[in-house]
Amino acid sequence: MSEIALPKIDSSILNRKKEIVKRISKLTDKENVLSEADELRPYETDALSVYTQTPLAVVLPENTEEVSEILKYCHSENIKVVPRGAGTGLSGGALPLQDAILLGLGKFNKILEIDFYNQCVVTQPGVTNLGITHAVEHKQFYYAPDPSSQLACSIGGNVAENSGGVHSLKYGTTTNNILGVEMVMMDGTVCRFGGKSFDQEGYDLMGLICGSEGLLGVVTEVTVKILKKPEVVRAALIGFPSIKEGGDAASEIISSGIVPAGMEIMDKALIEATDNFSKAGYPRDAELLLIVELDGTDSEVNELIKKVEAICKKNNCSSLKLSNSEKERLSFWAGRKAAFPACGAMAPDYYCMDGSIPRGKLTEALLEIKKLSEKYKLPVANCFHAGDGNLHPLIMFDGNDKEQLRKTEEFGSEILKTCVRLGGVITGEHGVGIEKRELMCEMFNDNDIQQQLSIKKSLDEKNLLNPGKVYPILRKCAEEGRVHVHKNKDKFPDLPRF
Amino acid sequence: MSTKIKINSQIFQDSNNIYYPKDEAEVSDLIRELYKQDSPTEIIGNNSKSFIGNKTQSANTTSLSKISGIIDYRPEELYIKVKACTPVNEIEQVLSENNQELAFEPIDFGYIKDGKSNKGTIAGYLSCNYAGSRRFKVGSVRDHVLGFKGVNGKGDIIKSGGTVVKNVTGYDLSKLIAGSFGTLVVLTEITLKVLPKKNSSKTVIIYSNNFEQIYDLFNKLSSSSSEISGAVFIPEQSKDKDFIGKKNSVFKFNDLKSDVSFIAFRVEGDKISIEEKINNLKKELQLNNSDTSTLDVYQSEPFWKKINNLEVFEKTEHNLVRMVIPPANGSKLCKYLENQHSYYVDWCGSLFWIEVDSKKEEKIKYLKKMANDFGGYLTVIKTSSEYDYGEAIFTVDKVRLMISEKIKQSFDPKRILNPGKMYRGI
Repeated sequence: MSEIALPKIDSSILNRKKEIVKRISKLTDKENVLSEADELRPYETDALSVYTQTPLAVVLPENTEEVSEILKYCHSENIKVVPRGAGTGLSGGALPLQDAILLGLGKFNKILEIDFYNQCVVTQPGVTNLGITHAVEHKQFYYAPDPSSQLACSIGGNVAENSGGVHSLKYGTTTNNILGVEMVMMDGTVCRFGGKSFDQEGYDLMGLICGSEGLLGVVTEVTVKILKKPEVVRAALIGFPSIKEGGDAASEIISSGIVPAGMEIMDKALIEATDNFSKAGYPRDAELLLIVELDGTDSEVNELIKKVEAICKKNNCSSLKLSNSEKERLSFWAGRKAAFPACGAMAPDYYCMDGSIPRGKLTEALLEIKKLSEKYKLPVANCFHAGDGNLHPLIMFDGNDKEQLRKTEEFGSEILKTCVRLGGVITGEHGVGIEKRELMCEMFNDNDIQQQLSIKKSLDEKNLLNPGKVYPILRKCAEEGRVHVHKNKDKFPDLPRF
Repeated sequence: MSTKIKINSQIFQDSNNIYYPKDEAEVSDLIRELYKQDSPTEIIGNNSKSFIGNKTQSANTTSLSKISGIIDYRPEELYIKVKACTPVNEIEQVLSENNQELAFEPIDFGYIKDGKSNKGTIAGYLSCNYAGSRRFKVGSVRDHVLGFKGVNGKGDIIKSGGTVVKNVTGYDLSKLIAGSFGTLVVLTEITLKVLPKKNSSKTVIIYSNNFEQIYDLFNKLSSSSSEISGAVFIPEQSKDKDFIGKKNSVFKFNDLKSDVSFIAFRVEGDKISIEEKINNLKKELQLNNSDTSTLDVYQSEPFWKKINNLEVFEKTEHNLVRMVIPPANGSKLCKYLENQHSYYVDWCGSLFWIEVDSKKEEKIKYLKKMANDFGGYLTVIKTSSEYDYGEAIFTVDKVRLMISEKIKQSFDPKRILNPGKMYRGI
């Protein structure tokens, strides 16, 4: 793996470690400040575990006032701060820096208020995504965005990354599902954007913060919208004899006016891998598998299923199975959710890419990736959020073979560049972090990047908050941008990734 | 050229000293020059919503009216890319031909302005971020913007976002531009998410003037899994003769008694699912003993247009206030407003349109305090000719104002673009 450039280390900070730890220990409970080598080790990386750095110290504040005091102190002493939620991010957004405090929000783990009347939940940022749904599901409510790591990822991290999930086509990503945030700026100022009411007047600062990858402020409270669970949810499992026919069917479903709750594509390599791994009962003769989920009232879902069936038959589907129970619906998803670990079982290493393309280019993208796979002589398995054009090709290789590693890196870059060429973007939902930092110039020119940096500067003049992330340090466009998992040693190997 | 600075002989300037750049490059040249000269400009589209916000004090006016037209419409990709000043009517027309629409239901502010329909331009909508009746289900204008291009206050052409729905590459500036009233960027190009049009609609009317009951209905409606796409409450206001007269003339429908208080909710979709949802909702709302009626599609569609066009307040010469609060406090607000001000409630209990008599400006201050106490905000959308701006049109707290100033600085350091349109100093 290539070395990654990080901001210049301020040795004066390293030299003052003892004093800094002592001062911060006065701003929160002493036990919330970790500075011994063995205490720091678990915090050396996030889910992009190929990069590790030991932070100066880890601080785990317990309330907003403490966060404010800590940031104020760091601001006055020019100490860098890296915020961290659950550490499940795939792009290295929470990678520590040697001369920075790692500010963990893990102790912000309480739901503060459940307000069914206003259909929202006020929560601390360390609560997990799924924890919110669990707190409201007894009244048939849920929180819509469902990133694959929802069991472990925190809602604060979701805000930082603007996380999506399988259902974002119909229900939107995090930015469309939050009503308000409380945030602390680098100088310690506490601010609130939005609340329990819709929209906000003036500049949409909440919209700016969402997806800003911890560069503009530390989120200390989030108000999320909750939705009533749909009456009926059914899924269809459809096999196709060729990539083109399956890709065309997916495009046609969208263009016919159907908005599925979720729509996923898997290619032959992944059908086999996941079926071996999870025994999901997928059609092994198919070249392409489409999972379409539809929700609504009973008659609405039946009507939609008929339309989906007709489109798939028109496109020569080779098999079509409908879920007739909740259990069966979940079994359709079981294989898809096991996609990442299944690939991990097939090869010593895999790279996971995350690009977005226009939906109509699915076939073109898949065929292009297939061609590249032959060119580089490396197997690739593809899963797509077909509904919104978000693709996750998984390149399988052996990391011990330096030549294979180099080829894999080239292959990955070519895939992301193909995404941009087809009218898409370099990251659909995993974030830029340090991983795709250098690829920002594939999408943005100097003016675009300068404008974004100028916003950063206006809110964090000294560039102390999560420096070195998202924007290229040397403004060079290197060819990087992958998640590297060695022998399934993902930081969270048990989390389904999709 | 006495009071004006000659900008660029290529950029057309009319006898009223309004500049008409015809493309992005000309906008960039113009703003770059104004930046050099420290000379601010007002930015206008087709003036349909120019009455909203403070009056800008600037030596120049830049009209974007020549930057118009559809660039790329991909029905199968569910997006449309247009030049900034493309009329919303034109966009809706093209989408309609493909059975698609802008799901946020653009409001026609022309009616309150001068009684004539004028939906204005898409850049105007994005700059205000005021969505129509479907907002509580589908999101606001900002939730439907995929990307934009424009010129910042230094004259640099910048872009953000793209044409795909899933995109987390860099800061989401589209959100920041939405509702910024042209104070950050001169928009030149906008990409919007479009959605399939619903086949049909029906509206159920429930007659009631009990605020607790109305809010109980709103609550049940918004939390039902039988999804609705609109819910309003139109009060009786028996002491307000003007309002009653207006109500009766605007809501003339066969199956609607417009002279009493009523709540109306809309269900959209295929015909079978509409019936199914209405039946479910009637059970959930326990409407057996209530006085109700139903508007079929031919009445339902014009009914919601009239709601969205604010026709009850057509050509109002009073102040028109837009207040958004969490619905749990709605019945309290209704009680206060009863026989005080003409008003109606949209967004299933969250959005209040309130007319405040021009002679009672101090009431706006009071309403603003209520909005604040209830956890919401208020904007004076239209001011009467007597409004003295003693009370700011927008609601903002000190910290947000401080951050807004920094954001403004990062886009437009010399405050060239629409200075003062939103807040003093911005």
